[in-house]
Formats: sequence, C-alpha cells, structure tokens
Amino acid sequence: MITFEGVTKRYPDGTVALDDVTLECPTGRITVFVGTSGGGKTTALRTINRMVDPTGGRVLIDGGDVRDRRPAELRRGIGYVIQHAGLFPHRTIEDNIATVPYLLGRRKKDARAAARELMERVGLEPGMAKRYPYQLSGGQQQRVGVARALAADPPVMLMDEPFSAVDPVVRAELQDELLRLQAELRKTIVFVTHDIDEAIRLGDRIAVFRTGGKLVQVAAPEELLADPADDFVAGFIGQNRGIRSLSFAGTSKLRLRDDVVRPVTSSDTEGLDWVLVVDEKRRPLGWARGADVDGSLADAALAPVGPTFRPGTDSVRVALDAAVLSASGLAVGVDGDGSVVGVAGGTDLLEGPR
Amino acid sequence: MTVWNQIELTWAWLTASAQWHGEDGIPHRLLEHLYYSGVSLLFAALIGLTLGALVGHTGRGGFLAVSVANIARAIPTFGLILLIVVIDYSIVPVLVALVALAVPPILVNTYEGVRGVDPDARDAARGMGMTGWGVLWRAEIPIALPLILLGLRTSAIQVVATATIAAYPGFGGLGRYIIDGLARKDYQLVVGGTFLVVALAVLVQLAFAALRRLVISPGLARAS
Ligand SMILES: Nc1ncnc2c1ncn2[C@@H]1O[C@H](COP(=O)(O)OP(=O)(O)OP(=O)(O)O)[C@@H](O)[C@H]1O
Ligand SMILES: [Mg+2]
Repeated sequence: MITFEGVTKRYPDGTVALDDVTLECPTGRITVFVGTSGGGKTTALRTINRMVDPTGGRVLIDGGDVRDRRPAELRRGIGYVIQHAGLFPHRTIEDNIATVPYLLGRRKKDARAAARELMERVGLEPGMAKRYPYQLSGGQQQRVGVARALAADPPVMLMDEPFSAVDPVVRAELQDELLRLQAELRKTIVFVTHDIDEAIRLGDRIAVFRTGGKLVQVAAPEELLADPADDFVAGFIGQNRGIRSLSFAGTSKLRLRDDVVRPVTSSDTEGLDWVLVVDEKRRPLGWARGADVDGSLADAALAPVGPTFRPGTDSVRVALDAAVLSASGLAVGVDGDGSVVGVAGGTDLLEGPR
Repeated sequence: MTVWNQIELTWAWLTASAQWHGEDGIPHRLLEHLYYSGVSLLFAALIGLTLGALVGHTGRGGFLAVSVANIARAIPTFGLILLIVVIDYSIVPVLVALVALAVPPILVNTYEGVRGVDPDARDAARGMGMTGWGVLWRAEIPIALPLILLGLRTSAIQVVATATIAAYPGFGGLGRYIIDGLARKDYQLVVGGTFLVVALAVLVQLAFAALRRLVISPGLARAS
C-alpha cells in the first residue's frame, strides 16, 4: 500500500503543487489520479519514486518512508511509464525493455530472454526485438514503455498519462491490455490521466485533484458517479453521469424474455411486432417485423441483429446500447457460443439499477 | 606554367628519393605534424568533452560556456602563437594555441548534443533508477554521439591544417615546406607541402566516417 500523509509540495517560486494530501493507494489495485491541468497529479505521482521530494508530510510504501531509501535504488523497484514513452533512441527494443535488469546487474542473455517474453505479454511481435524506437508506431512505443516498466517485476507501477498521446482506438486497446495484465499480475498501480472515462474504466479507486494541489474526493468509480462530493467533481465528471454509472450495473439479475424468439423453420408470429429469428443452434439471424411476415420465416426480410450483450458479464450500459441500436428496441442476450439466451427491452434494463 | 605542369612538378618532388630521408624528409615532418596535432587534439578533447558534458548534463552555465567558446573562436591563432612565443620560446605555446583552437567546436557540440537529448528519455532514465552518472553515460552521451563526433572532426581538421604554423617559430611539421618554399620562392615546395596537409585532412575525414559507422547506434541514424 502507498500512503500519503499530509503531503505538501511548495516550489521555491511559491507555487503550491500539493496541499496537504492524505490518501491511500491499496496494494494490488489501480488508483487513478484525475483532475484539472496543473492540479498536482504528476507531482503527487512523482513523490512516490522521489522524483519530487515533498516539502511537508510523508509518503510511505508498505509503511516505510520513501525518504529512507536511496532514490536510485528505490526507483529500480518501481515501474515508471510516461506520456511519450521516453524510450532510448540508441537502444534496440529488447535492450530498452531490459534497462532495469541491466542496472540490477542481470546477465545480458537472461535479461534479453525475459524482455522477449515481456514483449509477447504486452502484445508486441517478437520480430521487433532488434528494431529501434523510431521504427515503431506511437502505440507500439507505448507498449514497449509498459514492458520496460514491468521488466524487473516491480510490485508498484507509476503511470503518468501513458496512453494520452495515441488515438482513441489504440488507447482503448492499450487500456484493455492493461486490465488484462493487471488481472494476472495484481500490481499496485498509480495511474494519472485527465480523461475521466479512462479513469472510470481503469480505476479501482479514483482520486480527484483540483487546482492548487487539493485532493477533493477519493472514491470507487461507481461511487464517484453516483455521489460526487461537490460541484467541481460533478462538473469534472461532466454530462451523462447517470448513463455512465450504468457501466457498473450488472445484468445477472435481469429478467430476459424468450417469447419473441422463433426458429427459422417456424411461420408463427401471432400478433408480435417483432420476432427474433434464430437458426437450429439458436444463433440470431435477424429481426422480422410481425406484420410483414407472410408464410415461413425463412423467406422473411430480416433486419440485422446489431450488437448483442452477454447477460451476467456485460454491464447494463452495454445492454442498453444494444437495445438502442436494435431494430426492435430489444437487446439480444447471447451466451459464450453466441446462442440466444433471451431478449430485454429498455424498461426491463433500467428496472434493476433503480 | 600550366596546372598540369604544376602537378607534374609536385609529383616529381613527392616521389624524389631525397624527400623520404633525413630530418627534412616527409616521414619525419609528417610524424612531427601528427604529433603536434594529436597532442593538441587530445588535450582539447579532454577539456571540451568534460566541460561540454558536465554543462549539458547539469544545464547550468550553458550560456556562459557557449559564449566563451564562441568568443575564443575569434582569437586569431597566429597572433596567439606570436604572443606566447615572445613569452616562452618552445613548442608549448604552439600547442596551447592549437588546443585553444580545437576546444570550442568540441565543447559547443558536446554541450548541444547532451542538452538536446529528449527530456522524456532523460526523465525515464532517472525514473528507472539511473544515477546522475548513469544517465550521462548510458543515455546522454550515446544519444549525443553524432554531434560529439562532428565537433571532434571539425576540430581535428582545423588542427591538422593549422599545425602548419608550428614551422613558423621553427618547430618543423609539414608547414616547414610551405614556409621554406615561400622564403626561397620555391613554389614546388609550397604546393607539395600544401598537398600533404590537404591529404592528411582528407584522411582524418575518412577516419571519422569509419568511426561514425562503428560507434553510432543505427537507432540514431534518422536523427542525425
Ligand atoms: N519545477 C517546478 N517549479 C515550479 N512549479 C512547478 C514545477 N513543477 C510543477 N509546477 C507547478 O505545480 C503545479 C502542479 O503541476 P503538476 O505537473 O503536478 O500538474 P498536473 O496535475 O500533472 O497537470 P497536467 O494535467 O497538466 O499534467 C502546476 O501549477 C505547475 O505549474
Ligand atoms: Mg501531469
């Protein structure tokens, strides 16, 4: 666990970057720092590996004051990822990744073998090991940055806006990758971003900073959405707070309907507006409008199924999205094999969370 | 006298067996020349690299160092030599003048190279647990190497060309031929000496091109 005890940082020019911040970042969890630009997020992050020394208060890792450790030695035990990756242009990808193992005096051969393993873990082609950073895209460089931070298997990782310089598609990929890695590795991660959606997606806990280095609220993402501490936090979360909070509502207790599901061999639409046509394995083929069906469903014109959701796995937000995009207004729930479990309409979906 | 004529005469001079023996022979003069150039360059490199790297790494005193170096470039080397020769008649003033000539390009390039390292790379190096020296050795210097070599090459060529003035106060080197030739109105000698100096400068250039290939990371190819 990382503990901030009344941490203050006042720069010689009088700027107060952190103002009496008290906070805990639990072990094995992702704590996200968000807030306005200049709110002290980076400063707070950098007090953990002593890139910044506070002018007041203490920062503890597992109960030990970081100031009792020599900075270089402390930092070798803490992963560090920054916005533009900051790779070394003169080193190959594998040697970039092996930076900390080299510093720790590991043998070159072992360090490189470990680097190649890590490349696979973060989704990089092994063929890239001998390339140089300029030969990689921004997203790939960022993956190298993450691999480099993981190389010595540190229990703590500090990540300062690591994904903010890549396009939204790549960013989403990198976020997924991080969550997948984290499910395996269970590191104590402190993650800085100014993107509230990213914070909600990644954070187990979110700490909101405000100009002047004040910590305004620390809460789990669902709590932050449901109950922002003040107008500043509410404003920072922005519009659609309600819709967003549905990301945290589960669909396991949802009552699914089965009455509109029909096999393709059937011709029975008995006064239904829409029927969901399925094949013999109950995989969805499309929506048929009841009034238009004349004879077998096999000959009927079908509207596309659109996105589906996995009941019990996906959130209400995903299901609601599927419902809105569905021709019938009903979201199609499928199991792992893609077979239809049942369907749910907008009102069914909103019953649970309320 | 046609150019072709001149080339023939120079060739005759260069290949005459008398030129390849004794105190005034080409091998001896060449060695003197190389010795003065090498020693000056060595000292200049020690001073320029150390100061440039330290100032670039700490970021302190950069403006001062670069200004002083640039002003030093304006000092006429010839005048400097005459001035010091009056004080102490030995080869030392000549070497001091050559060092003074060679330090500025090395210092300025090393400083600019180290200073110009991507701040993110520097921050990452520190954040991963490199000490100050570690950051300098493992990141800043290798990344600055293309510029550092450029500075060394500029200085080396200048020193090789300028070391001819060692002959003026009578310390030999390839300049001997030029000065003697001028005094005796023996232009064959002047052209021959000049040719040797230029050839040496070309060799220095080639040596640096080879060195570049050996020591500069392919990862920096695009940046330089
Ligand atoms: N070395 C410094 N000297 C003086 N003031 C500084 C220094 N470093 C940061 N600051 C100031 O401290 C405050 C907090 O900066 P910090 O970088 O922690 O903000 P941030 O929340 O990370 O912002 P951003 O989202 O823009 O990255 C800012 O007002 C900044 O100008
Ligand atoms: Mg920041």
